[in-house]
Amino acid sequence: MPPTAVADSDTGISLAELARRHGLSAAGKPPSLPNYTRQLWAYRHFIASYANAKVASTLGRTKLGVFWQVLTPLINATVYYVIFGVVLNTKHGVDNFVPYLCTGVFIFGFTATTVQAGIGAISSNMGLIRALHFPRASLPLAITMVEIRNMIASMTVLMIIVLGFGEPITWEWLLIVPIFLLQSIFNAGLAMGVARLGSKVADFKQLVPFVMRIWMYGSAVLYPVTRFSDHLTGWKLAVIEANPMLIFIDLMRHALMENVPLAAPAPVLWLQAIGWAAVVGFGGYFYFWRGEKGYGRG
Amino acid sequence: MADSSSDRREPTVIVDDAHVVYRVHQSAAPGTGSPLASFKRIITGDKPSTLREVHAIKGVSFVAYKGEAVGLIGTNGSGKSTLLRAIAGLLPVERGAIYAAGQPSLLGVNAALMNDLPGERNVVLGCLAMGMSPAQVKSKVQEIVDFSGINERGDFSSLPMRTYSSGMSARLRFSIAAAKKHDVLLIDEALATGDAKFRRRSEQRVRDLRAEAGTVFLVSHSEQSIRDTCERSIWLESGLIRADGPTEDVLKEYEAYTKR
Repeated sequence: MPPTAVADSDTGISLAELARRHGLSAAGKPPSLPNYTRQLWAYRHFIASYANAKVASTLGRTKLGVFWQVLTPLINATVYYVIFGVVLNTKHGVDNFVPYLCTGVFIFGFTATTVQAGIGAISSNMGLIRALHFPRASLPLAITMVEIRNMIASMTVLMIIVLGFGEPITWEWLLIVPIFLLQSIFNAGLAMGVARLGSKVADFKQLVPFVMRIWMYGSAVLYPVTRFSDHLTGWKLAVIEANPMLIFIDLMRHALMENVPLAAPAPVLWLQAIGWAAVVGFGGYFYFWRGEKGYGRG
Repeated sequence: MADSSSDRREPTVIVDDAHVVYRVHQSAAPGTGSPLASFKRIITGDKPSTLREVHAIKGVSFVAYKGEAVGLIGTNGSGKSTLLRAIAGLLPVERGAIYAAGQPSLLGVNAALMNDLPGERNVVLGCLAMGMSPAQVKSKVQEIVDFSGINERGDFSSLPMRTYSSGMSARLRFSIAAAKKHDVLLIDEALATGDAKFRRRSEQRVRDLRAEAGTVFLVSHSEQSIRDTCERSIWLESGLIRADGPTEDVLKEYEAYTKR
Protein backbone atom coordinates (compact mmCIF):
# COMPACT_ATOMS: atom_id res chain seq x y z
CA MET A 1 0.00 0.00 0.00
CA PRO A 2 1.38 3.45 -0.84
CA PRO A 3 2.05 5.82 2.07
CA THR A 4 -0.32 8.47 0.71
CA ALA A 5 -3.32 7.75 -1.43
CA VAL A 6 -3.73 9.81 -4.56
CA ALA A 7 -7.16 9.17 -5.92
CA ASP A 8 -7.59 8.94 -9.66
CA SER A 9 -3.95 8.22 -10.24
CA ASP A 10 -5.18 6.05 -13.08
CA THR A 11 -7.22 8.78 -14.77
CA GLY A 12 -4.51 11.34 -14.13
CA ILE A 13 -6.56 14.44 -13.37
CA SER A 14 -5.72 16.73 -10.48
CA LEU A 15 -7.85 16.83 -7.35
CA ALA A 16 -8.83 20.44 -7.94
CA GLU A 17 -10.02 19.48 -11.43
CA LEU A 18 -11.97 16.53 -10.00
CA ALA A 19 -13.66 18.84 -7.48
CA ARG A 20 -14.60 21.28 -10.20
CA ARG A 21 -15.96 18.54 -12.43
CA HIS A 22 -18.28 17.27 -9.70
CA GLY A 23 -19.33 20.73 -8.60
CA LEU A 24 -17.85 20.56 -5.10
CA SER A 25 -17.31 23.85 -3.35
CA ALA A 26 -14.23 24.72 -1.36
CA ALA A 27 -14.80 24.52 2.37
CA GLY A 28 -14.31 27.83 4.09
CA LYS A 29 -15.22 30.01 1.15
CA PRO A 30 -17.16 33.03 2.39
CA PRO A 31 -20.71 33.58 1.07
CA SER A 32 -21.58 36.79 -0.76
CA LEU A 33 -23.13 39.59 1.27
CA PRO A 34 -26.70 39.13 -0.07
CA ASN A 35 -26.43 35.35 0.45
CA TYR A 36 -25.12 35.88 3.93
CA THR A 37 -28.02 38.16 4.73
CA ARG A 38 -30.45 35.53 3.45
CA GLN A 39 -28.78 32.85 5.60
CA LEU A 40 -28.96 35.12 8.60
CA TRP A 41 -32.65 35.71 7.98
CA ALA A 42 -33.21 31.96 7.80
CA TYR A 43 -31.55 31.70 11.22
CA ARG A 44 -33.76 34.34 12.87
CA HIS A 45 -35.47 31.72 15.04
CA PHE A 46 -32.10 30.53 16.24
CA ILE A 47 -31.09 34.09 17.11
CA ALA A 48 -34.29 34.64 19.09
CA SER A 49 -34.11 31.37 20.97
CA TYR A 50 -30.39 31.79 21.62
CA ALA A 51 -31.12 35.21 23.13
CA ASN A 52 -33.84 33.71 25.33
CA ALA A 53 -31.55 30.88 26.34
CA LYS A 54 -28.83 33.34 27.23
CA VAL A 55 -31.13 35.32 29.53
CA ALA A 56 -32.46 32.12 31.08
CA SER A 57 -29.00 30.69 31.71
CA THR A 58 -27.49 33.87 33.18
CA LEU A 59 -30.45 34.53 35.46
CA GLY A 60 -31.41 30.88 35.89
CA ARG A 61 -29.44 30.32 39.07
CA THR A 62 -30.58 33.52 40.79
CA LYS A 63 -33.54 33.41 43.15
CA LEU A 64 -35.33 36.38 41.60
CA GLY A 65 -34.79 35.23 38.02
CA VAL A 66 -36.08 37.48 35.27
CA PHE A 67 -37.21 40.04 37.87
CA TRP A 68 -33.58 41.23 37.83
CA GLN A 69 -34.25 42.75 34.42
CA VAL A 70 -36.40 45.36 36.19
CA LEU A 71 -34.48 45.39 39.46
CA THR A 72 -31.09 46.20 37.92
CA PRO A 73 -32.13 49.53 36.34
CA LEU A 74 -34.15 50.39 39.45
CA ILE A 75 -31.12 49.97 41.72
CA ASN A 76 -28.98 51.80 39.16
CA ALA A 77 -31.34 54.78 39.22
CA THR A 78 -31.52 54.75 43.02
CA VAL A 79 -27.73 54.96 43.30
CA TYR A 80 -27.61 58.00 41.04
CA TYR A 81 -30.57 59.58 42.83
CA VAL A 82 -28.90 59.19 46.22
CA ILE A 83 -25.57 60.62 45.05
CA PHE A 84 -26.70 63.45 42.78
CA GLY A 85 -30.19 64.15 44.08
CA VAL A 86 -29.72 63.80 47.84
CA VAL A 87 -26.01 63.99 48.74
CA LEU A 88 -24.72 66.54 46.23
CA ASN A 89 -28.06 68.03 45.21
CA THR A 90 -26.60 69.08 41.87
CA LYS A 91 -28.64 71.17 39.46
CA HIS A 92 -26.22 72.45 36.80
CA GLY A 93 -28.93 74.83 35.68
CA VAL A 94 -31.29 72.04 34.64
CA ASP A 95 -34.79 72.35 36.06
CA ASN A 96 -35.38 68.68 36.68
CA PHE A 97 -31.95 67.17 37.13
CA VAL A 98 -32.72 63.63 38.38
CA PRO A 99 -34.78 62.49 35.35
CA TYR A 100 -32.26 64.30 33.13
CA LEU A 101 -29.45 62.30 34.72
CA CYS A 102 -31.32 58.99 34.71
CA THR A 103 -32.15 59.30 30.99
CA GLY A 104 -28.46 59.82 30.25
CA VAL A 105 -27.36 56.93 32.44
CA PHE A 106 -29.93 54.50 31.01
CA ILE A 107 -29.43 55.38 27.35
CA PHE A 108 -25.68 55.28 27.65
CA GLY A 109 -25.87 52.06 29.64
CA PHE A 110 -27.80 50.42 26.78
CA THR A 111 -24.88 50.88 24.39
CA ALA A 112 -22.20 50.29 27.04
CA THR A 113 -23.54 46.87 28.07
CA THR A 114 -24.01 45.87 24.43
CA VAL A 115 -20.36 46.68 23.69
CA GLN A 116 -19.15 44.88 26.80
CA ALA A 117 -21.11 41.74 25.97
CA GLY A 118 -20.45 42.02 22.23
CA ILE A 119 -16.68 41.97 22.50
CA GLY A 120 -16.84 38.43 23.84
CA ALA A 121 -19.59 37.26 21.47
CA ILE A 122 -17.15 35.23 19.36
CA SER A 123 -14.28 34.53 21.73
CA SER A 124 -16.45 33.14 24.53
CA ASN A 125 -18.46 30.89 22.21
CA MET A 126 -15.60 29.01 20.55
CA GLY A 127 -17.11 25.65 21.46
CA LEU A 128 -20.34 26.44 19.66
CA ILE A 129 -18.52 27.94 16.68
CA ARG A 130 -16.22 24.96 16.23
CA ALA A 131 -19.07 22.49 16.53
CA LEU A 132 -21.91 23.89 14.46
CA HIS A 133 -22.46 25.76 11.27
CA PHE A 134 -24.52 28.89 11.36
CA PRO A 135 -23.94 32.48 10.25
CA ARG A 136 -21.67 33.77 12.98
CA ALA A 137 -23.37 37.18 13.03
CA SER A 138 -26.16 35.35 14.89
CA LEU A 139 -24.08 35.56 18.06
CA PRO A 140 -23.51 39.34 18.32
CA LEU A 141 -27.07 39.88 17.10
CA ALA A 142 -28.43 37.60 19.81
CA ILE A 143 -26.45 39.57 22.37
CA THR A 144 -27.92 42.79 21.00
CA MET A 145 -31.38 41.22 21.36
CA VAL A 146 -30.70 40.36 25.00
CA GLU A 147 -29.71 43.95 25.68
CA ILE A 148 -32.74 45.26 23.80
CA ARG A 149 -34.96 43.14 26.03
CA ASN A 150 -33.19 44.41 29.14
CA MET A 151 -33.52 47.95 27.83
CA ILE A 152 -37.28 47.64 27.34
CA ALA A 153 -37.56 46.86 31.06
CA SER A 154 -35.22 49.78 31.82
CA MET A 155 -37.28 52.15 29.67
CA THR A 156 -40.40 51.30 31.64
CA VAL A 157 -38.57 52.11 34.87
CA LEU A 158 -37.21 55.29 33.30
CA MET A 159 -40.65 56.49 32.23
CA ILE A 160 -41.98 55.97 35.74
CA ILE A 161 -39.05 57.98 37.17
CA VAL A 162 -39.58 60.80 34.67
CA LEU A 163 -43.29 60.93 35.49
CA GLY A 164 -42.58 60.72 39.20
CA PHE A 165 -40.44 63.84 38.97
CA GLY A 166 -43.31 65.79 37.50
CA GLU A 167 -42.72 65.71 33.75
CA PRO A 168 -45.98 65.55 31.75
CA ILE A 169 -46.80 62.91 29.15
CA THR A 170 -46.86 64.62 25.75
CA TRP A 171 -47.17 63.53 22.12
CA GLU A 172 -43.38 63.74 21.95
CA TRP A 173 -43.20 60.54 24.00
CA LEU A 174 -44.11 58.69 20.79
CA LEU A 175 -40.64 59.62 19.52
CA ILE A 176 -39.16 57.17 22.04
CA VAL A 177 -39.90 54.32 19.62
CA PRO A 178 -37.91 55.60 16.61
CA ILE A 179 -35.03 56.73 18.83
CA PHE A 180 -34.96 53.31 20.44
CA LEU A 181 -34.96 51.63 17.02
CA LEU A 182 -32.14 53.81 15.70
CA GLN A 183 -30.04 53.17 18.77
CA SER A 184 -30.70 49.43 18.50
CA ILE A 185 -29.43 49.40 14.91
CA PHE A 186 -26.43 51.42 16.02
CA ASN A 187 -25.78 48.95 18.86
CA ALA A 188 -26.12 45.91 16.59
CA GLY A 189 -23.46 47.31 14.24
CA LEU A 190 -21.24 48.16 17.17
CA ALA A 191 -21.67 44.67 18.69
CA MET A 192 -20.72 42.99 15.40
CA GLY A 193 -17.73 45.28 14.97
CA VAL A 194 -16.31 44.73 18.44
CA ALA A 195 -17.10 41.00 18.24
CA ARG A 196 -14.67 40.67 15.33
CA LEU A 197 -12.09 42.90 17.02
CA GLY A 198 -12.37 40.87 20.22
CA SER A 199 -11.98 37.59 18.33
CA LYS A 200 -8.79 38.77 16.63
CA VAL A 201 -7.04 40.54 19.48
CA ALA A 202 -7.99 39.53 22.99
CA ASP A 203 -6.23 42.66 24.29
CA PHE A 204 -9.17 44.86 23.28
CA LYS A 205 -11.21 43.45 26.11
CA GLN A 206 -8.81 45.10 28.56
CA LEU A 207 -9.25 48.47 26.90
CA VAL A 208 -13.04 48.50 26.73
CA PRO A 209 -13.65 49.85 30.26
CA PHE A 210 -11.42 52.87 29.59
CA VAL A 211 -12.87 53.58 26.17
CA MET A 212 -16.37 53.37 27.57
CA ARG A 213 -15.49 55.73 30.44
CA ILE A 214 -14.04 58.38 28.12
CA TRP A 215 -17.06 57.95 25.89
CA MET A 216 -19.38 58.43 28.85
CA TYR A 217 -17.73 61.69 29.91
CA GLY A 218 -17.89 62.87 26.31
CA SER A 219 -21.61 62.10 26.11
CA ALA A 220 -22.86 64.54 28.75
CA VAL A 221 -24.35 61.80 30.88
CA LEU A 222 -23.64 63.32 34.28
CA TYR A 223 -23.84 67.02 33.36
CA PRO A 224 -25.69 69.14 30.81
CA VAL A 225 -24.49 69.41 27.19
CA THR A 226 -24.13 73.16 27.59
CA ARG A 227 -20.96 72.44 29.61
CA PHE A 228 -19.17 71.63 26.36
CA SER A 229 -20.26 74.67 24.38
CA ASP A 230 -19.21 76.87 27.33
CA HIS A 231 -15.65 75.56 27.41
CA LEU A 232 -14.78 74.14 24.02
CA THR A 233 -14.47 75.76 20.62
CA GLY A 234 -13.57 74.80 17.04
CA TRP A 235 -12.84 71.19 16.13
CA LYS A 236 -12.98 69.96 19.72
CA LEU A 237 -16.57 71.07 20.03
CA ALA A 238 -17.38 69.64 16.59
CA VAL A 239 -16.02 66.24 17.63
CA ILE A 240 -17.99 66.25 20.88
CA GLU A 241 -21.18 67.32 19.17
CA ALA A 242 -20.89 64.62 16.50
CA ASN A 243 -20.70 61.99 19.25
CA PRO A 244 -23.53 59.53 18.49
CA MET A 245 -24.20 58.77 22.15
CA LEU A 246 -24.61 62.47 22.90
CA ILE A 247 -27.10 62.64 20.04
CA PHE A 248 -29.15 59.65 21.19
CA ILE A 249 -29.20 60.86 24.79
CA ASP A 250 -30.15 64.38 23.75
CA LEU A 251 -32.98 63.10 21.56
CA MET A 252 -34.35 60.91 24.32
CA ARG A 253 -34.22 63.75 26.84
CA HIS A 254 -35.94 65.99 24.34
CA ALA A 255 -38.68 63.40 23.86
CA LEU A 256 -39.25 62.66 27.54
CA MET A 257 -38.80 66.08 29.14
CA GLU A 258 -39.78 69.71 28.69
CA ASN A 259 -37.23 72.53 28.64
CA VAL A 260 -33.98 70.64 28.24
CA PRO A 261 -30.84 72.26 26.84
CA LEU A 262 -29.87 70.58 23.53
CA ALA A 263 -26.54 70.45 21.69
CA ALA A 264 -28.20 71.32 18.38
CA PRO A 265 -31.74 71.90 17.05
CA ALA A 266 -33.82 68.71 17.16
CA PRO A 267 -34.12 68.17 13.35
CA VAL A 268 -30.32 68.33 13.03
CA LEU A 269 -29.99 65.77 15.82
CA TRP A 270 -32.50 63.48 14.07
CA LEU A 271 -30.55 63.57 10.81
CA GLN A 272 -27.32 62.86 12.66
CA ALA A 273 -28.91 59.95 14.54
CA ILE A 274 -30.21 58.39 11.33
CA GLY A 275 -26.79 58.84 9.73
CA TRP A 276 -24.96 57.23 12.64
CA ALA A 277 -27.37 54.28 12.81
CA ALA A 278 -26.99 53.65 9.06
CA VAL A 279 -23.20 54.00 8.98
CA VAL A 280 -22.42 52.01 12.13
CA GLY A 281 -25.20 49.46 11.55
CA PHE A 282 -24.13 48.62 8.01
CA GLY A 283 -20.41 49.20 8.61
CA GLY A 284 -20.34 46.82 11.55
CA TYR A 285 -22.25 44.18 9.59
CA PHE A 286 -19.92 44.50 6.59
CA TYR A 287 -16.81 44.36 8.75
CA PHE A 288 -18.11 41.28 10.58
CA TRP A 289 -19.07 39.51 7.35
CA ARG A 290 -15.55 40.02 5.94
CA GLY A 291 -14.14 37.93 8.77
CA GLU A 292 -16.83 35.22 8.68
CA LYS A 293 -14.61 32.26 7.85
CA GLY A 294 -11.79 33.05 10.23
CA TYR A 295 -13.78 32.85 13.45
CA GLY A 296 -13.00 29.20 14.20
CA ARG A 297 -9.28 29.86 14.29
CA GLY A 298 -7.30 30.57 17.42
CA MET B 1 -6.31 0.29 -4.07
CA ALA B 2 -9.69 1.06 -2.63
CA ASP B 3 -10.65 3.67 -5.17
CA SER B 4 -9.77 2.10 -8.51
CA SER B 5 -13.39 2.42 -9.62
CA SER B 6 -13.46 6.14 -8.86
CA ASP B 7 -14.72 7.34 -12.25
CA ARG B 8 -18.12 5.79 -11.63
CA ARG B 9 -18.47 6.92 -8.02
CA GLU B 10 -19.33 10.42 -7.01
CA PRO B 11 -16.80 12.20 -4.76
CA THR B 12 -18.27 14.10 -1.78
CA VAL B 13 -15.09 15.24 -0.03
CA ILE B 14 -11.81 16.03 -1.74
CA VAL B 15 -8.83 17.00 0.37
CA ASP B 16 -6.03 18.36 -1.78
CA ASP B 17 -2.66 18.76 -0.05
CA ALA B 18 -4.21 20.44 2.99
CA HIS B 19 -2.10 22.06 5.68
CA VAL B 20 -3.54 23.31 8.96
CA VAL B 21 -1.56 25.49 11.33
CA TYR B 22 -2.77 26.46 14.80
CA ARG B 23 -1.57 29.73 16.23
CA VAL B 24 -1.60 29.40 19.96
CA HIS B 25 -1.39 32.29 22.38
CA GLN B 26 -0.30 30.81 25.64
CA SER B 27 0.43 32.30 28.99
CA ALA B 28 4.02 33.44 29.15
CA ALA B 29 6.88 31.08 29.79
CA PRO B 30 8.99 31.78 32.90
CA GLY B 31 11.30 34.74 32.40
CA THR B 32 9.22 36.35 29.66
CA GLY B 33 6.21 37.22 31.79
CA SER B 34 7.36 40.50 33.29
CA PRO B 35 5.94 43.75 31.94
CA LEU B 36 9.52 44.86 31.18
CA ALA B 37 10.12 41.82 28.97
CA SER B 38 6.86 42.41 27.08
CA PHE B 39 7.82 46.04 26.59
CA LYS B 40 11.23 45.08 25.23
CA ARG B 41 9.58 42.69 22.83
CA ILE B 42 7.28 45.41 21.52
CA ILE B 43 10.21 47.82 21.04
CA THR B 44 12.47 45.30 19.30
CA GLY B 45 9.58 43.95 17.21
CA ASP B 46 10.28 40.34 18.15
CA LYS B 47 7.59 37.77 17.65
CA PRO B 48 5.95 37.33 21.02
CA SER B 49 7.26 34.21 22.68
CA THR B 50 3.71 33.48 23.77
CA LEU B 51 2.68 32.93 20.15
CA ARG B 52 3.50 29.44 18.98
CA GLU B 53 2.66 27.76 15.74
CA VAL B 54 1.57 24.16 15.69
CA HIS B 55 1.64 22.50 12.29
CA ALA B 56 -1.13 19.96 12.89
CA ILE B 57 -1.84 18.75 9.34
CA LYS B 58 1.12 18.64 6.98
CA GLY B 59 -0.17 17.99 3.50
CA VAL B 60 -2.97 15.46 3.41
CA SER B 61 -4.74 14.36 0.21
CA PHE B 62 -7.57 11.91 -0.29
CA VAL B 63 -10.99 11.56 -1.90
CA ALA B 64 -14.10 10.23 -0.16
CA TYR B 65 -17.11 9.02 -2.11
CA LYS B 66 -20.86 8.96 -1.71
CA GLY B 67 -22.08 6.18 0.56
CA GLU B 68 -18.70 5.58 2.11
CA ALA B 69 -17.94 5.44 5.82
CA VAL B 70 -14.35 6.37 6.45
CA GLY B 71 -12.64 5.72 9.77
CA LEU B 72 -9.82 7.99 10.89
CA ILE B 73 -7.36 6.38 13.23
CA GLY B 74 -4.08 7.42 14.76
CA THR B 75 -2.43 7.96 18.11
CA ASN B 76 -3.34 10.92 20.33
CA GLY B 77 -2.38 14.24 18.79
CA SER B 78 -1.96 12.87 15.29
CA GLY B 79 -4.34 15.44 13.81
CA LYS B 80 -7.54 13.44 13.39
CA SER B 81 -9.89 15.92 15.04
CA THR B 82 -8.16 18.84 13.39
CA LEU B 83 -8.65 17.24 9.98
CA LEU B 84 -12.36 16.80 10.69
CA ARG B 85 -12.69 20.43 11.72
CA ALA B 86 -10.91 21.53 8.57
CA ILE B 87 -13.24 19.41 6.41
CA ALA B 88 -16.19 20.97 8.22
CA GLY B 89 -14.83 24.39 7.28
CA LEU B 90 -14.53 25.33 10.93
CA LEU B 91 -10.76 25.71 10.77
CA PRO B 92 -9.23 27.50 7.80
CA VAL B 93 -6.54 25.66 5.83
CA GLU B 94 -3.13 27.30 5.59
CA ARG B 95 -2.26 25.81 2.20
CA GLY B 96 -3.98 23.44 -0.22
CA ALA B 97 -7.74 23.11 -0.42
CA ILE B 98 -10.66 21.07 0.83
CA TYR B 99 -13.73 20.63 -1.36
CA ALA B 100 -17.02 19.26 -0.15
CA ALA B 101 -20.49 18.55 -1.47
CA GLY B 102 -22.95 20.60 0.54
CA GLN B 103 -22.12 21.56 4.07
CA PRO B 104 -20.31 18.93 6.15
CA SER B 105 -21.46 18.86 9.76
CA LEU B 106 -19.18 18.05 12.62
CA LEU B 107 -20.53 16.07 15.49
CA GLY B 108 -18.17 16.03 18.41
CA VAL B 109 -18.44 15.13 22.04
CA ASN B 110 -17.10 18.55 22.94
CA ALA B 111 -19.79 20.40 21.04
CA ALA B 112 -20.79 23.01 23.57
CA LEU B 113 -24.42 23.42 24.41
CA MET B 114 -25.75 25.51 27.26
CA ASN B 115 -25.14 23.67 30.49
CA ASP B 116 -27.52 25.75 32.57
CA LEU B 117 -30.48 24.93 30.36
CA PRO B 118 -32.61 21.80 30.40
CA GLY B 119 -31.87 19.10 27.87
CA GLU B 120 -35.10 19.72 26.02
CA ARG B 121 -34.28 23.39 25.39
CA ASN B 122 -30.82 22.41 24.26
CA VAL B 123 -32.40 20.09 21.73
CA VAL B 124 -34.47 22.98 20.38
CA LEU B 125 -31.45 25.28 20.30
CA GLY B 126 -29.24 22.67 18.64
CA CYS B 127 -31.84 21.91 15.96
CA LEU B 128 -32.32 25.61 15.21
CA ALA B 129 -28.54 26.05 15.00
CA MET B 130 -28.46 23.30 12.39
CA GLY B 131 -30.89 25.35 10.35
CA MET B 132 -34.20 23.58 10.97
CA SER B 133 -37.44 25.52 10.94
CA PRO B 134 -39.41 25.85 14.21
CA ALA B 135 -42.10 23.51 12.85
CA GLN B 136 -39.53 20.82 12.02
CA VAL B 137 -37.96 21.25 15.43
CA LYS B 138 -41.30 20.80 17.16
CA SER B 139 -41.92 17.50 15.44
CA LYS B 140 -38.39 16.26 16.14
CA VAL B 141 -37.87 17.12 19.81
CA GLN B 142 -39.61 14.08 21.27
CA GLU B 143 -37.95 11.76 18.80
CA ILE B 144 -34.50 13.09 19.68
CA VAL B 145 -35.07 12.85 23.43
CA ASP B 146 -36.37 9.29 23.01
CA PHE B 147 -33.43 8.27 20.84
CA SER B 148 -30.90 9.66 23.29
CA GLY B 149 -32.52 7.62 26.04
CA ILE B 150 -31.86 10.28 28.68
CA ASN B 151 -35.37 9.82 30.03
CA GLU B 152 -34.81 6.15 30.79
CA ARG B 153 -34.03 7.01 34.40
CA GLY B 154 -36.70 9.57 35.13
CA ASP B 155 -37.51 12.89 33.57
CA PHE B 156 -34.01 14.19 32.86
CA SER B 157 -34.89 16.15 29.75
CA SER B 158 -36.36 18.95 31.88
CA LEU B 159 -33.29 19.15 34.15
CA PRO B 160 -30.33 21.41 33.37
CA MET B 161 -27.59 19.73 31.36
CA ARG B 162 -25.03 20.38 34.10
CA THR B 163 -26.75 17.65 36.10
CA TYR B 164 -26.16 15.05 33.38
CA SER B 165 -23.44 12.44 33.47
CA SER B 166 -20.82 12.81 30.74
CA GLY B 167 -22.26 9.81 28.93
CA MET B 168 -25.76 11.25 28.99
CA SER B 169 -24.76 14.60 27.57
CA ALA B 170 -22.65 12.97 24.86
CA ARG B 171 -25.62 10.82 23.91
CA LEU B 172 -27.88 13.84 23.75
CA ARG B 173 -25.42 15.72 21.53
CA PHE B 174 -25.09 12.77 19.21
CA SER B 175 -28.86 12.43 19.00
CA ILE B 176 -29.28 16.11 18.12
CA ALA B 177 -26.73 16.03 15.33
CA ALA B 178 -27.94 12.70 13.97
CA ALA B 179 -31.51 13.99 13.72
CA LYS B 180 -30.75 15.87 10.55
CA LYS B 181 -29.90 14.36 7.21
CA HIS B 182 -26.38 15.44 6.35
CA ASP B 183 -24.57 15.23 3.05
CA VAL B 184 -21.37 14.69 4.94
CA LEU B 185 -21.39 13.76 8.61
CA LEU B 186 -18.20 13.99 10.65
CA ILE B 187 -18.25 12.13 13.93
CA ASP B 188 -15.58 12.71 16.54
CA GLU B 189 -15.35 9.98 19.19
CA ALA B 190 -19.08 10.22 19.81
CA LEU B 191 -19.67 6.49 19.52
CA ALA B 192 -17.07 5.70 22.14
CA THR B 193 -19.26 7.19 24.87
CA GLY B 194 -22.47 5.74 26.12
CA ASP B 195 -23.26 2.21 27.12
CA ALA B 196 -23.39 -0.84 24.89
CA LYS B 197 -27.10 -0.42 24.27
CA PHE B 198 -26.73 3.15 23.06
CA ARG B 199 -23.69 2.22 21.01
CA ARG B 200 -25.67 -0.36 19.07
CA ARG B 201 -28.42 2.17 18.46
CA SER B 202 -26.01 4.88 17.33
CA GLU B 203 -24.16 2.51 15.03
CA GLN B 204 -27.49 1.63 13.47
CA ARG B 205 -28.21 5.36 13.04
CA VAL B 206 -24.83 5.92 11.36
CA ARG B 207 -25.63 3.09 8.95
CA ASP B 208 -29.04 4.68 8.24
CA LEU B 209 -27.45 8.06 7.60
CA ARG B 210 -25.03 6.42 5.21
CA ALA B 211 -27.84 4.69 3.41
CA GLU B 212 -29.36 8.10 2.80
CA ALA B 213 -26.50 8.65 0.40
CA GLY B 214 -24.27 10.68 2.69
CA THR B 215 -20.64 10.17 3.57
CA VAL B 216 -19.61 9.52 7.15
CA PHE B 217 -16.21 10.18 8.72
CA LEU B 218 -15.60 8.62 12.09
CA VAL B 219 -12.77 9.42 14.47
CA SER B 220 -12.51 6.92 17.26
CA HIS B 221 -10.01 5.15 19.45
CA SER B 222 -12.29 2.18 19.66
CA GLU B 223 -11.15 -0.20 16.95
CA GLN B 224 -14.35 -2.14 17.38
CA SER B 225 -16.61 0.75 16.39
CA ILE B 226 -14.37 1.57 13.41
CA ARG B 227 -14.48 -2.06 12.34
CA ASP B 228 -18.28 -2.19 12.74
CA THR B 229 -19.13 0.99 10.86
CA CYS B 230 -16.37 1.71 8.33
CA GLU B 231 -15.09 -0.33 5.45
CA ARG B 232 -12.37 2.18 4.61
CA SER B 233 -9.88 3.69 7.02
CA ILE B 234 -7.24 6.38 6.94
CA TRP B 235 -4.37 6.23 9.40
CA LEU B 236 -2.94 9.61 10.34
CA GLU B 237 0.34 10.02 12.17
CA SER B 238 1.83 13.45 13.05
CA GLY B 239 -0.29 15.16 10.45
CA LEU B 240 0.52 12.81 7.57
CA ILE B 241 -1.31 9.84 6.08
CA ARG B 242 0.46 6.58 6.88
CA ALA B 243 -2.08 4.31 5.28
CA ASP B 244 -5.37 4.51 3.43
CA GLY B 245 -7.39 1.48 2.42
CA PRO B 246 -9.76 -1.26 3.59
CA THR B 247 -10.27 -1.08 7.37
CA GLU B 248 -8.95 -4.59 8.06
CA ASP B 249 -5.60 -3.94 6.34
CA VAL B 250 -5.11 -0.51 7.86
CA LEU B 251 -6.02 -1.66 11.36
CA LYS B 252 -3.59 -4.57 11.09
CA GLU B 253 -0.76 -2.18 10.23
CA TYR B 254 -1.86 0.24 12.94
CA GLU B 255 -1.95 -2.49 15.58
CA ALA B 256 1.52 -3.60 14.62
CA TYR B 257 2.69 0.02 14.95
CA THR B 258 1.11 0.72 18.34
CA LYS B 259 2.35 -2.57 19.84
CA ARG B 260 5.93 -1.68 18.97
